[in-house]
Amino acid sequence: MTTTTRLPVERLLHTGPGGPTDPGLADHLALHGPLVVPRRDDPVWAEALRVDVAASGLAGRGGGGFPAAAKWDAVLRTNRRPVVVVNAMEGEPASAKDRALLAWSPHLVLDGAELVAAASGARAVLVCVADDRDDSARAVLRAVAERTGHGSPTRFSVERPPARYVTGEESALVSWIEGREARPVLRVDKSVPLTVGRRPVLLHNAETLAQVALIARHGAAWFRSLGSPDAPGTTLVTVSGAVATPGVVEVELGTPVDEVVRRCGPLGPMAGYLVGGYGGAWLAPDLGHTPLAPGPLSRVGATLGVGIVVALPVGSCGIAETARVARWMAGESAGQCGPCVFGLPAVAEDLELLAAGRADAEVLSRIEDRSRSIAGRGACRHPDGVVRMVRTALGVFAADAARHAAGDPCEGRHAPSLLPFPSAPAVSGGAS
Amino acid sequence: MSAPAPVRTRVALRVRVDPVACDAYGYCAELLPERVTLDEWGYPVVDGTPLDRELVDLATRAAAECPRRAFLLERTAADR
Repeated sequence: MTTTTRLPVERLLHTGPGGPTDPGLADHLALHGPLVVPRRDDPVWAEALRVDVAASGLAGRGGGGFPAAAKWDAVLRTNRRPVVVVNAMEGEPASAKDRALLAWSPHLVLDGAELVAAASGARAVLVCVADDRDDSARAVLRAVAERTGHGSPTRFSVERPPARYVTGEESALVSWIEGREARPVLRVDKSVPLTVGRRPVLLHNAETLAQVALIARHGAAWFRSLGSPDAPGTTLVTVSGAVATPGVVEVELGTPVDEVVRRCGPLGPMAGYLVGGYGGAWLAPDLGHTPLAPGPLSRVGATLGVGIVVALPVGSCGIAETARVARWMAGESAGQCGPCVFGLPAVAEDLELLAAGRADAEVLSRIEDRSRSIAGRGACRHPDGVVRMVRTALGVFAADAARHAAGDPCEGRHAPSLLPFPSAPAVSGGAS
Repeated sequence: MSAPAPVRTRVALRVRVDPVACDAYGYCAELLPERVTLDEWGYPVVDGTPLDRELVDLATRAAAECPRRAFLLERTAADR
């Protein structure tokens, strides 16, 4: 890796004097340049955009990291006009990037959606904002109102699915749009698009679409001029925990994890970093130099997820924090699959007993065995993410875990949680 | 060279569970213990490697007997 200091980048989020703003359409176009979208189907233009997005190497920013262009290809193969879905659900409690993007630059997201719609022949764009995010929904509605009357055939509507962790999972979201419960669906072949009615669904995360809006304006080479060849471009990261200025920052992909934290003013030495989200992974401080990019993170057992970094300071208990996250995530299960319904609460309970110093001698091996058994056996990846997070916690906080397993409770376990939750860990709503 | 290839089904079959449909009846583990064990809550943990020929009938029966139709037999490439 280079040793040069990476300067802050401002592609998606422009700070400037006065801090974040929600620029109207005129300001937006003045800042980013005009948006060129044909008013009727234009296969030559569409193919040029598709090639550009493919060449950019843009990977989805919603957690899966799937190449954006591959999603288009799958939909194009169906030979049907798709429905474009903008996923701004952001169910990860420690993520605020989609909220920030819609507050600061809603038109950039809508630009991307309009481009994708025009290129794929879609007429309808459904912008999905959780039902507890009125500010984001208002920002989108205001931006949509500004764009009407410009002759675009694209019809935007704002959908308000229930604010739960799993609702943002794409098959759950599409189920909800279709009028069913917002629960993940077992998919045999993920290269076959989901459908709404008879239309294939082209679903992208809000940030992914904002990136498309920039690639369409500036080209693939410009996009790739930041980041690394394997992980090009910039990404939004939500930094929280023991930092002076928690919030959303835009960084080049490949920026070391601890450097991302340095930007936000770390408060003292860290005991570990939670990377990716509540279904992500804990990273030991001595791996803080790991580049924030899918490849390097996966090599240390972690994941980029939706670009979350939580800095846990020395002196707080990673086991207690992990127990709280596991309990909350267990409650966020869609309640469909046995290994998730029974396994996650069992793991959470053991972690709670461990933090309290009241667990039996087999607790660590039991958590490990259950975690191994649970992984890969649900319809979606919710349980897989939780047990990855748990297993990495037992590694990074191994000394704490051993001490608690020997009956020495965690002093900090009654301290307020450093990790945010939208509400107290609650009973799941849907399961009977 | 012209002799028929040793017994090996051309299209391999493997077993899989639809975890949404599964309600832990456990019949699959009784009928096909070679490939299915149950976890501590009674939910199946399956070995999804291609089935040997002698297991195909048992797997077919396990799929047919599942009250939730959650035990699935699916084709897979033989050379996996």
